[in-house]
Amino acid sequence: MTSKPASPAPAGGRAGMKKELPEHFKGYKHVWVFVELERGVVHPVSWELMGEGRKLADKLGVQLAAVVLGAPGAAVKAAVSDAFAYGADVAYVAASPVLSDYRNESYSRCMTELVNTYKPEILLLGATTLGRDLAGSVATTLLTGLTADCTELAVDADGSLAATRPTFGGSLLCTIYTLNYRPQMATVRPRVFSLPERGEGREGPVIEYDFRLQEEDIVTKILQFIPDRDSNKSNLAYADIVVAGGLGLGSAENYQLVKDLANALGAEWGGSRPLVQRGWIPADRQIGQTGKTIRPKLYIAAGISGAIQHRVGVEGADLILAINTDKNAPIFDFAHVGIVTDAVRFLPALAKAFRQRISPSTHIRMAV
Amino acid sequence: MPAEKFDAIVVGAGPAGNACAYTLASRGLKVLQIERGEYAGSKNVQGAIMYANMLEKIIPDFRDDAPLERHIIEQRMWYMDDTSYTGMHYRSDDFNEERPNRYTIIRAQFDKWFSRKVREAGALVILETTVTDLCFSGGKVIGVKTDRAGGTVLADVVVMAEGVNGLLGSRAGLREAPKPETVALAVKEMHFLPAEVIEARFNVKGDEGVVIEAAGTITKGMAGTAFIYTNKESISLGIGCLVSEFAKTGMTPYGLLEAFKRHPAVAPLIAGSEVKEYAAHLIPEGGYKAVPQLFGDGWLIVGDAGQFVNAVHREGSNLAMTTGRLAAETIFQIKSRREPMTAENLSLYQKMIESSFIMKDLKKYKRLPNFLHSAGEHLFGTYPQLISKAAQTYLRVDGKDKKSKERDIVRSFVKTRGVLGLASDAWKLARSWR
Amino acid sequence: MHIVVCIKQVPDSAQIRVHPVTNTIMRQGVPTIINPYDLFAIEAALRLRDKHGGEVTVLTMGPPMAEESLRRALSFGVDRAVLLTDRTFAGSDTLATSYALSEAIRKVGESFGPVDIVFTGKQTIDGDTAQVGPGIAKRLNLNQLTYVAAIRDLNLKAGTITVERRAEGGVQVLTTKTPCLITMLEGTNEIRRGSIDVALSAARAQIVTWSAAAAGIGDIGKCGLKGSPTVVKRVFAPPPRSEKAFQIDLTGLSPDAAAVSAIAEIFKRLPSLEKELANLEQS
Repeated sequence: MTSKPASPAPAGGRAGMKKELPEHFKGYKHVWVFVELERGVVHPVSWELMGEGRKLADKLGVQLAAVVLGAPGAAVKAAVSDAFAYGADVAYVAASPVLSDYRNESYSRCMTELVNTYKPEILLLGATTLGRDLAGSVATTLLTGLTADCTELAVDADGSLAATRPTFGGSLLCTIYTLNYRPQMATVRPRVFSLPERGEGREGPVIEYDFRLQEEDIVTKILQFIPDRDSNKSNLAYADIVVAGGLGLGSAENYQLVKDLANALGAEWGGSRPLVQRGWIPADRQIGQTGKTIRPKLYIAAGISGAIQHRVGVEGADLILAINTDKNAPIFDFAHVGIVTDAVRFLPALAKAFRQRISPSTHIRMAV
Repeated sequence: MPAEKFDAIVVGAGPAGNACAYTLASRGLKVLQIERGEYAGSKNVQGAIMYANMLEKIIPDFRDDAPLERHIIEQRMWYMDDTSYTGMHYRSDDFNEERPNRYTIIRAQFDKWFSRKVREAGALVILETTVTDLCFSGGKVIGVKTDRAGGTVLADVVVMAEGVNGLLGSRAGLREAPKPETVALAVKEMHFLPAEVIEARFNVKGDEGVVIEAAGTITKGMAGTAFIYTNKESISLGIGCLVSEFAKTGMTPYGLLEAFKRHPAVAPLIAGSEVKEYAAHLIPEGGYKAVPQLFGDGWLIVGDAGQFVNAVHREGSNLAMTTGRLAAETIFQIKSRREPMTAENLSLYQKMIESSFIMKDLKKYKRLPNFLHSAGEHLFGTYPQLISKAAQTYLRVDGKDKKSKERDIVRSFVKTRGVLGLASDAWKLARSWR
Repeated sequence: MHIVVCIKQVPDSAQIRVHPVTNTIMRQGVPTIINPYDLFAIEAALRLRDKHGGEVTVLTMGPPMAEESLRRALSFGVDRAVLLTDRTFAGSDTLATSYALSEAIRKVGESFGPVDIVFTGKQTIDGDTAQVGPGIAKRLNLNQLTYVAAIRDLNLKAGTITVERRAEGGVQVLTTKTPCLITMLEGTNEIRRGSIDVALSAARAQIVTWSAAAAGIGDIGKCGLKGSPTVVKRVFAPPPRSEKAFQIDLTGLSPDAAAVSAIAEIFKRLPSLEKELANLEQS
């Protein structure tokens, strides 16, 4: 991803650059998806990527491979089995005690060895803390291109991976290629792609890789893992209904109206980046390109202008209801239903109306 | 507290502060400039028009690298009612000279450039630091206190270039905080428009620019003005009125700006543009009568802090730069004579200003603020409408004979304002103008 | 102890827009700031210096005006600022950037003392990739610690460091050896305000300015566009949806009536939702 200061689009005059793949990269084939296995559980983003990887592999006429790293045992086996169910044609497995918990040294080393041995043309990882920690090291070791936080992946006629992502703080989109280096690497945030269908009974070859790195050669040690005990932790990414607020609410106090409505609907609550910056809501409640990407059935945006960095985080919703006092707000360009009014007055009315519609009995729930 | 002492401390890095600090540093004096914003000019808001003559006296070849938008070749003055304007335009190719006289600029960019020059000249500039108080010793100012730890710095003289609502002077009891009748609250927006569109709409080419100054019912009976300036790829427009008027009527400057943008003469000029920036600022409007005591033992006041704004001609930044320069010249002269910064010595600053165009212009218009205030309802309500109607009557060719038309026009004036009212307004206007 | 903090000057707002007519990117008038995530890195470095002694050097790769950000960093109290600026860096992607920065860090170590820790912010607000830190770590063979929430212990003599690292669902407590690279999580501290003496020395300080050659960058071909495997082929504004939002007509309606109308519209479009909400209420 370009980190340079802006120049007029298209950047640097390389828009017309053609693919001229050096000879030693011509043998690189197949699409790989890194399966993120941590403490016995696979992060769903790996399966979302498997679904998207399937489409890319089909278009290119090549295989889709799952790459599973971990300690020898049941978790790795289950991950491999799931990988086939979600569409992989083949699985590469490196099972070693030094891979039992994520550390940059061991995972990065193993990944680069696998790539150098089996030579994939595309490598996809989830843009989680683990994925981002890993992808940058691997790309730098391999001296190849890495495009982060993609919102769209496609394949061009010449077989190049076209990775689209927001840029310039999110106001624009750009499409980036790693034309003449391999593998073409990309990371994608959770929930940008939807979970594919599981197909039971699918199977394929499992290639086991003998990863030789020894514990005594690894400098970084894990002393402890402290799980989060926060019961207030959000589940925004997988929620069915999400209510969010933006600066249009006017004040931190008014944000309570968002929570009230969320409570009435049994929904998750969140907000745009400026609210996090002002401390109105915690950082893990941020919705948008650098926050959480969500794919709910119903998304209610109150007082949010709808700039693209927010848009890419919510576009996957089935139904977006936008409330804003500005009839020209960009959010009305992609919302399904809009209402031009003051959210501060409308939200309580909406909460009340939902309660009455859902449970017409006289019992009225107190807002928490 | 830092061990060293400075020859001068300049509080503020707007046009006045920069002009002062630059001149002082260029003369070899040890200067510290203290700005409370994150960068020089970050707290400044202006239209903006830059007056080359005054800047040339400070940085003769500023045109080499200063960020300039368009040089002005046409000035339009509009007297507006709700649907029309009667105006006076002047445009001349003479303004396409080698060293143009006025430019539109973008204030924040310009101040940053000027600040770079100040540092290159040798002044020390610190940012994000607010001067909270003056330090006194036996009635003489000997330095400043800042809001940083250990924050007292000493100097032979302190120049207050803190702007219109700087609290330093009033906190120290050296001047009163500006009264609501002597400051205007103005709001402005910057609208992006491609250069070709600006050129087509304003009939200019290359770097030529147009300035529109407007008054009339757009300020809904309150004393105030509006402006539209062409920058390279954007339009600056704004409107403002006296704070006391807003307080009286309960209207908001933003409401006035929205109505101004919708005016049939204005809307087509900004059609299709994208609003990039919105800002508000206070502008001194008190004129000569509001100018405070400008000097004392160990201190001077320059720029907006001294109410150096010529409201009639909308000149402020040139007065700011000039007062800054003259303050620096004064200080330099005293230093060269190795004398102390006493009020008596610093009174030279007052003399310099009085013999310059600054005080002469301010004195000339000293009755104007009062006049505008007292005749506001007519100047910004009745008259624009009368004149608009008169112009239309005159310009419509509808079979009525010209003499009757003229008679109708005079009658409408007399009926609305009365002979005495008209005479009184004319008399007051003449007195204020002269 | 010598710590290097890599910072970046970025445009302030995320409001950079595409010109409605020419489709070019409009950056006019957008002020530049230090990438906000970098401030947490600077403060973390200064706290370590307060505790253990030594120096903090701030380094940035950028155009000449990036000097303003360095000067601001000096006003927080860092000891030294280095500007790496050269036309050949134009168009660098993250791989080319990490190359140039790591070469410069090598030079900083040679010139001003061996580097124990390199800090960066978590990511930039304009690039948002979080790739340059790991890239530098790889090239300089520094032990990599990203998303660090807290530094528990630093033992300079033994050359070890223990940190808390944010992971999915919890915190990893890791220990590794110096030299290492740390990307600092946001909200972990608050950047301090220098005293007036610090502000004055910052104003006076000479910023070390290096071209690619002065920084000892061996291979210009690895910098700028030439050294960037990723190619940006298109920059565009998102296509507007052909259908804008269906507007609920508010004329004459009270908020309550409008709300009822809105809900009717929602349930019309998502009939299953009404059932699910009813079930929810009953459960």
